[in-house]
Amino acid sequence: MKPPPFSYHDPSTLEDAVTLLSSLENAKVLAGGQSLMPMLNMRYVLPDHVVDINKIEDLAYIREDGDALEIGAMTRQRDLERSKIVQKKCPLMHEALWQVGHQQTRNRGTLGGSLSHLDPAAEMPSICATTDAIVRVLGPNGEREIGFAEFPAGYMTPAIEEDELVTSIRIPCWPDGHGFGFVEFSRRHGDFAVASAAVLLEVSADRKICRAAVTVGGVGATPVRVTALEESIIGQEGSEEMFRDACEVCRGIDALGDVYASTEYRQHLATVMARRALVKAYDRATDGA
Amino acid sequence: MGETRKISVTINGQKYEEEVEVRFHLADFIRQQLGLTGTHLGCEHGVCGACTILLNGESARSCLMLAVQADGQEILTIEGIAPSEDELHPLQEAFRDNHGLQCGFCTPGMLTTLLEFLEENPDPTEEEVRIAISGNLCRCTGYQGIVAAALDAAKRLQAEKAA
Repeated sequence: MKPPPFSYHDPSTLEDAVTLLSSLENAKVLAGGQSLMPMLNMRYVLPDHVVDINKIEDLAYIREDGDALEIGAMTRQRDLERSKIVQKKCPLMHEALWQVGHQQTRNRGTLGGSLSHLDPAAEMPSICATTDAIVRVLGPNGEREIGFAEFPAGYMTPAIEEDELVTSIRIPCWPDGHGFGFVEFSRRHGDFAVASAAVLLEVSADRKICRAAVTVGGVGATPVRVTALEESIIGQEGSEEMFRDACEVCRGIDALGDVYASTEYRQHLATVMARRALVKAYDRATDGA
Repeated sequence: MGETRKISVTINGQKYEEEVEVRFHLADFIRQQLGLTGTHLGCEHGVCGACTILLNGESARSCLMLAVQADGQEILTIEGIAPSEDELHPLQEAFRDNHGLQCGFCTPGMLTTLLEFLEENPDPTEEEVRIAISGNLCRCTGYQGIVAAALDAAKRLQAEKAA
């Protein structure tokens, strides 16, 4: 298993990278390499050009901007995992990061790379779906913003052009004291999730849910926001029983079936994962309240 | 030979200046071009962890990086862990004393992964050790010996620090 022959480019500025992407035929962007490199080694992809964006400065940062986090596309997953700002402002992301691959892959893997690769079972796309993240991309015609609801065009396919590059991600943060929960089912720690669920909740003083976001990952071709479930629990007081009944709607998700899990099994897991994440989030939101 | 580039990389304290094919991954460069065959290649797609090296002190899979990306960087491989020709690193000693290896194929990756882990977590729990090595596959030991070795190494390293 060896990568096929290609030409290697390592631009030092974003502008040079975009110029290369718009002038070269059949080019692939190399970010952290934790998905592209295996695909090259196994020759699942045969690019004529590889554009390595690791040398571009100012693409790795984590900043607090009002009620949001601004994260550079080349920020390594390990730096996000260690970040106190991420832990405080978006504890959901912090909880999910711990389950992204392994220490060795998180040291290299990036947030922008994970979103661009868009594996349906990956954790970071689910977090971006749950938080309604905004993805900024740069192309020959300048910068544009894509709301995460519109970002996946299909299975492992982001809605960006071949000459565009993800530059940063804006994660809107929920108010202090919100509930969060990320759970996944995988065969071993660090494996791709067979199914996962990410939940954000806001609960008012009378213990009723006033805002909810629920995403199921690994089940459909892209992360699925379960809006019917979100709407059904608004105004309700949380309980194991209420969440169990509400999550039954997850059995209707258009699910993938493969050698690891059948369609029905994934739908079942989606239902269970969503309930567990909701219970976790609700307990956290009402802890001590 | 396809497109090549000249790179300069420091491995185990020694500087190498080499012309390398751009499509070569780092593990093949280390093994085939430099002859440092202690770094093992199992799966070559980032699953088995046998090829783990330390890149500027951080563990990384050398099959998931291009050799050209190591230009100007510092790398530590299994060959550079022991303090001298006839001395073992405390982590290596702990592996030997706790039956942390049988065939030895996964060992280079286990050791490099644990070096970084124990640096950051000098007093880990068994659960933490198991998660730390979750990206390294061993088909011989059933992991018991490896986990015991890691916990023992943590104690040895702490004692060494205190001395």
